[in-house]
Amino acid sequence: MKDILVWAEQRDGQLAGVTLEILKKAMDLAVILKGQVSAVVIGQECRQCAAELIAHGAGRVFVVEDSRLALYQADACTKILCRIIGETRPDIVLMGGTSVGADLAPAVAARLGTGLTAHCTDLHIEAIDGRDQLVMVVPGWRGNMMVKIVCPEKRPVMATIRPGVMEKGGADPSRRGEIVAVSPDIDEKDFRARTLERVRESEEGALDQAKIIVSGGFGFYEAGGISLLDRLARALGGVSAGSRPACDAGWVPETRMIGQSGRTVSPDLFISIGASGAPHYTTGFAKSKVIVAIDKNPKSPIFDIADIGIAGDLREIIPALVEELESRR
Amino acid sequence: MALNILVCIKQVPDPEQFDRITLDPVTGSINRAGIPPVSNPVDRHAVEEALRIREAFGGTVTVMTMGPPQARKCLEDALAMGADRGVLLCDMTFAGADTLATAAVLAAGIRSAGDFDLVLCGNESVDGATGQVPAQLAEALGRPRVTCARKIEFADGGNIALVEREIEGGFLRVEVRLPAVIAVVKRINRYRLPTIFGILEAGKKEIAEVGCAACECADITAEAMGLAGSPTRVAGIFQSHLKRHVEMIGGDPKESARGLIKKLREMDAL
Repeated sequence: MKDILVWAEQRDGQLAGVTLEILKKAMDLAVILKGQVSAVVIGQECRQCAAELIAHGAGRVFVVEDSRLALYQADACTKILCRIIGETRPDIVLMGGTSVGADLAPAVAARLGTGLTAHCTDLHIEAIDGRDQLVMVVPGWRGNMMVKIVCPEKRPVMATIRPGVMEKGGADPSRRGEIVAVSPDIDEKDFRARTLERVRESEEGALDQAKIIVSGGFGFYEAGGISLLDRLARALGGVSAGSRPACDAGWVPETRMIGQSGRTVSPDLFISIGASGAPHYTTGFAKSKVIVAIDKNPKSPIFDIADIGIAGDLREIIPALVEELESRR
Repeated sequence: MALNILVCIKQVPDPEQFDRITLDPVTGSINRAGIPPVSNPVDRHAVEEALRIREAFGGTVTVMTMGPPQARKCLEDALAMGADRGVLLCDMTFAGADTLATAAVLAAGIRSAGDFDLVLCGNESVDGATGQVPAQLAEALGRPRVTCARKIEFADGGNIALVEREIEGGFLRVEVRLPAVIAVVKRINRYRLPTIFGILEAGKKEIAEVGCAACECADITAEAMGLAGSPTRVAGIFQSHLKRHVEMIGGDPKESARGLIKKLREMDAL
């Protein structure tokens, strides 16, 4: 087990954040395995991504460019990725668990007849059954348990990585790597499903950049709801978000839903207000540097995973906090 | 343009009670005794979508599941909603399957059950939550796929489906020629609840039970099924250690607000 291939997702020439998170982990694994890290990037014009991938640790980048691949094309991308894996025979293939990555990875794994583990939050090498194996850790039962998965026989071992969980590495422009142009080799048959258009509806990535996130649970209704949440976020210079129940109530947009079925974030400061702390919520921010929990119930499990806690009436505490912060500006 | 539709569904432990799942520290195995099984939530939306397509264009709706004998219950629920017939893929050989082996058996079951223009699935189950089966099923059937579908319309006399496929920050407009596999998300529709009449009618509908032998006729061997056909293995289960040591800040609201800001400044978090 040695070489690692990373599928580098891009849109309009911009790499997905999770790609750089995967590259850092791939480099760490490659050191242990004494192997090489390669990346593959597919798109209309995506050559410019190669330099960034190399600076982040890819020793070799396969660039597949074609005007028909400006948008994600499920059939064509499956074929291209399978061919590159077949020709270069990596032992490990890692992909971002984005909405598109989670479509492409299982099709590739099925066509290659190999194993795939979804939405991993950690990868490491561990001796299992007497030999070193890639252990893929995934949250099970909405985060109530963590499950270790291995793929003992079939190669490559494939995994999708949950965005926002692993740390990004820094760019080092002095790194050198090889850029290999690969012909897409696709025809009309490879567009049985054809993506015609991408429609943007809301901002994306606001949470990824945020250093401070204020997240409201259903219980935050009592304290004045969304307007107060936004005001608190502004006063802190942060971004507002919410739990699944808060999103289901139409109170926070789904793009800013924190948790197992939403986004995973790890800002410098995460403040949770009015959420009791169910595992499928807390797994979405457990790796934040500092976690503050504010809830009316002092026995809420949210306090078990927080650094600082305040228990009390949200209708009094949150306005006081907003006032205090605004008066200091 | 009558369409013959097959919907894959799954029975799962009630997700509202997942916090009752415990880990045996000695055996390392999961204890979920006493948690009642329910139909996977998003699968109801897949059944609903199939019923709406049938109501608009005619055709049939077949529901299929792979599972133990008691998984028959989720088929009965779908029949009570209005599906025409059910297929239960049930055999010890199917047990212990990962997504690849599950997709292989579902594909064999679908082949043995007839010709379908459209296979619908929920996008993911709430227990495994991999979301891998729909795309792997499409591969096993040799059909194109569209996952994360939030809207499905038809064109060209029902030969082409026009799908809105969710992505981060918006959606993709995808055109796919049938037969195809489409996996739906919850927001695609609001599903109906079975009526008393529907429940009574369901009792008269057929649920075919299909075992390993019938699947073997549909071109896969026992080695591709269940645990034997699964490339991945569970190597261990552990409880997540997210716990931190919390420092509670007390006092009246103003004091606790001030205390929090002071503490965050000390920690260099503000």
